[in-house]
Amino acid sequence: MSGLTRRRFLVVSAAASGALLVGWRSASAQQRLPYLGAREEAQGLGPFIRIDKDGTVIIGARATEIGQGVKTSLPMLIAEELDADWNRVRVEQLPYGYIDTEQGPGDKYGDQGAGGSDNIPSAWKDLRQAGATARALLVQAAAEQWDLPPEQLRTEAGYVIAPDGRRLGYGELVGAAAALDPPKDPVPLKKPQQFRIVGRPTRTVDAREIVTGRTQYGIDAYLADALVAVMLRCPHLDGTVDKVDDSETRRVPGVRDVVVIAGPAPDAPIDGVLASGVAVLADDTWAALQGRDKLKVEWKPGPWSAESNAALAARANELLDQDQGAIAVRRDGDFAKAFRQAAIRLEARYEMPFLAHATMEPPAALVSIEQDKALLIGSLQSPGGASRVINALTGIPRKDIEIRLTRAGGGFGRRLKNDYVAEAVRIAQAAGKPIKLLWTREDDLQHDFYRPFGVHALRAGLDRKKKLVAWSHRCAATPRNYRDSGMKDRPLYAGCLEADDFPAGLVANLEKTFFPVASGMPRGWWRAPLHTFHAFAVQSFLDEIAVATKQDAVQLRLELLGPPRRIPYSGHGGPTFDTGRLAGVLTLAADKIGWQDKRRDGHGLGIACHFTFGGYAAHAFEVSVEGSELVIHRAVCAVDVGRVINPLGLEAQMIGGTIDGVSTALNLAITVKDGRVTQRNFPDYPLLRMAQAPRNVEVYIVDSTAEPSGAGEIGIPSAAPALANAVYAATTVRVRKLPLLPELKRLL
Amino acid sequence: MPETPPPVRRSKAIPVPPVAQSASEKTLPLRINGKTYYHEGDPDMPLLWYLRDVLRLTGTKYGCGIGYCGACTVLIDGKAQRACLTPVKALVDQDVTTIEGLAGAELHPLQQAWIEEDVAQCGYCQAGQILAAADLLRRNPRPSDEDIDKLPNLCRCGTYPRIRKAIQRAAQALAETKK
Ligand code: FES
Ligand code: FES
Repeated sequence: MSGLTRRRFLVVSAAASGALLVGWRSASAQQRLPYLGAREEAQGLGPFIRIDKDGTVIIGARATEIGQGVKTSLPMLIAEELDADWNRVRVEQLPYGYIDTEQGPGDKYGDQGAGGSDNIPSAWKDLRQAGATARALLVQAAAEQWDLPPEQLRTEAGYVIAPDGRRLGYGELVGAAAALDPPKDPVPLKKPQQFRIVGRPTRTVDAREIVTGRTQYGIDAYLADALVAVMLRCPHLDGTVDKVDDSETRRVPGVRDVVVIAGPAPDAPIDGVLASGVAVLADDTWAALQGRDKLKVEWKPGPWSAESNAALAARANELLDQDQGAIAVRRDGDFAKAFRQAAIRLEARYEMPFLAHATMEPPAALVSIEQDKALLIGSLQSPGGASRVINALTGIPRKDIEIRLTRAGGGFGRRLKNDYVAEAVRIAQAAGKPIKLLWTREDDLQHDFYRPFGVHALRAGLDRKKKLVAWSHRCAATPRNYRDSGMKDRPLYAGCLEADDFPAGLVANLEKTFFPVASGMPRGWWRAPLHTFHAFAVQSFLDEIAVATKQDAVQLRLELLGPPRRIPYSGHGGPTFDTGRLAGVLTLAADKIGWQDKRRDGHGLGIACHFTFGGYAAHAFEVSVEGSELVIHRAVCAVDVGRVINPLGLEAQMIGGTIDGVSTALNLAITVKDGRVTQRNFPDYPLLRMAQAPRNVEVYIVDSTAEPSGAGEIGIPSAAPALANAVYAATTVRVRKLPLLPELKRLL
Repeated sequence: MPETPPPVRRSKAIPVPPVAQSASEKTLPLRINGKTYYHEGDPDMPLLWYLRDVLRLTGTKYGCGIGYCGACTVLIDGKAQRACLTPVKALVDQDVTTIEGLAGAELHPLQQAWIEEDVAQCGYCQAGQILAAADLLRRNPRPSDEDIDKLPNLCRCGTYPRIRKAIQRAAQALAETKK
């Protein structure tokens, strides 16, 4: 590495504001190339770009890839501004980049987490600049070599080109470019009409590794001397370990140790481990699993042993009936008066179940804790959070905690929690050895941070012209804001209701109110969290209004949205919400499904739309119910996420989001009885299979020049209500409780 | 529980079980991706954990451990089977193919089609999906939509429509090479 020590590296890091800090650091602080596969002679142009002498460009992917496509789309942004030849780009996952700064903890590579559909909007601001800066240096190096002013040079697909047609490859220039002083100010970015990579359908960069089984996920990490750990967690919410008999466990060949891990105190934040339990450590997974089967543990049930879904639903409805303990979320005009005076009054309640994330790759973590340093390899969504957890439990300075990121087998919000990292650290500390913790599917379904349970009570008042003049949305739910120190400054309704969500700002007299329902179920963020939670109620109710007042469901929504304009939106994805863009996707979906064409033979159409995290989507389904079987004949998704970075990836997210929406709406619920989760494995939590999924999801993308937004979450919220609305159209049975299929069977 | 297709008679010669050479009588010879390994541990260990923990062939995934999700699908004598439910002792004289062993000098047409249709999202289930599809094409080189519907493997990311397209594309490619 001695050749590198005097070379200087451009450090481009994103400040919280999204502005760029461009500075120099000596290479010695960065002895090791962070890329696992980069050749040592590859030269660096900033932390995201290495260029090999043969012209191969290696781009560092900073964000955690959970299937949302950022390992492809973020490097595309860098490659675009670098003007690289995408066919000669290799993408490598960056590790978590922690640095101590004068202002405190810093992110060497910017935000590396995966949540809130934030990666694209933030990378659009900072990563393009990283590519453009590197390109400017390469042009400068060529200009010096040719003795020409840099303004006369252009670049294309990995070459700097002189006016007379001479060309120099980036690989030939990188040595000289790396020695240059970087531009002090941000360099100009390309104009959209110059884009060659952004906007082009681009396949996932890991495709070949995935189909040949070579991709490493967190669960695939091994260390020579690490033991495998599996844990038996207390099945009772906030229960504890009373007595442990591990004598038979210890007789299983390969079992090395058994340790008891204490869970959080019933009222304390769940910042570390999620539950109390007993961990079995063994030479391999099979021995650990057999050892766990042989444990005899007596549990103390804890304070929630009476909790059940039936009791939660009863409590929620009771709070709504009595209007007790209400927390105001938003009030416009005078709902009570307008409702009293309305010509038409309607109301309905909708019940939403707890949901588990059920990532296909269950939680797992490999940790090695030494005196003064630590290593974590795992599938994560919040590597910064993992670093804080390890630091809190071990006292090891964060700069000495190495976190290697792998591709993750799904996220959906589950991995925003690092409880499994905390567990692995605690077990490794107790055992005094590196360990690899593995969760089985039973562990995963029984111990999750569930999407909240709740009942939405909606009321609407319409005037004689059937115009909506009063809207009330009261929600009684187990607050998402529960024992989460990250949310301590947020209101109790955060994550269940959003003040400015549709139709707020569009109905003169409107109230939104929240009623907290006490529960011992741990709660967390679940893909498009509060949006999947409330859009079902709002979009189903609009359909009920349309039916009851004999209005067209699309027309009713369009009138509500009114002329295209931006209205303030204080939630995530703001600061504004564009009524025209929502109307646009709604109309597009309606056109594509053939909304105006009469359906026969028991087919029905349903539609819904929603705004989430800066993106707009609408779903439309054509279904029929034959016997008790629901058949989805067509599934249409129209989406507007602003400028599209990778159309192929966007389409995948919309297909996946739609199917996730359908799968969840049809069959999925986590239930609690006697203070324990009922479901154990996939047979009780039956994800959709091929046969039940729509054969095709038709995705229509709005061509837009608006700032790009993320796409991992917008594809799901409107799917469930559109489906339920279609079921109504086909059967005149209104499903107001999810999951849909068991409820439909009950009602038919 | 998914219906498993009827077993197909194997046509190729059974590889000769290696004579217990220097290894003790208790070793279990296992033929995986064309190589023979001798297992000395618990003969009841499921193939899934043998592949992953012992051989470090981690392309075969854990998803449920109860034979339901298909993430651990491997080919045993060409037939899609659940590695999580198959004890290694049941594998004597059988050929196991994992995702790592599916390609020859070139990618298997299904792998190629999977890339071209850009099927994978998180990718975790895809090894199992590809091997389940390989078994389907072996039994039925031109599967209809209804045939594809019978594939039982779960995908949490909802890649089914692209899996369907990739299988059809691979079937097409195979038909063309046979012409
Ligand atoms: S892990 Fe074997 S079928 Fe799910
Ligand atoms: S691609 Fe993620 S589970 Fe199938």
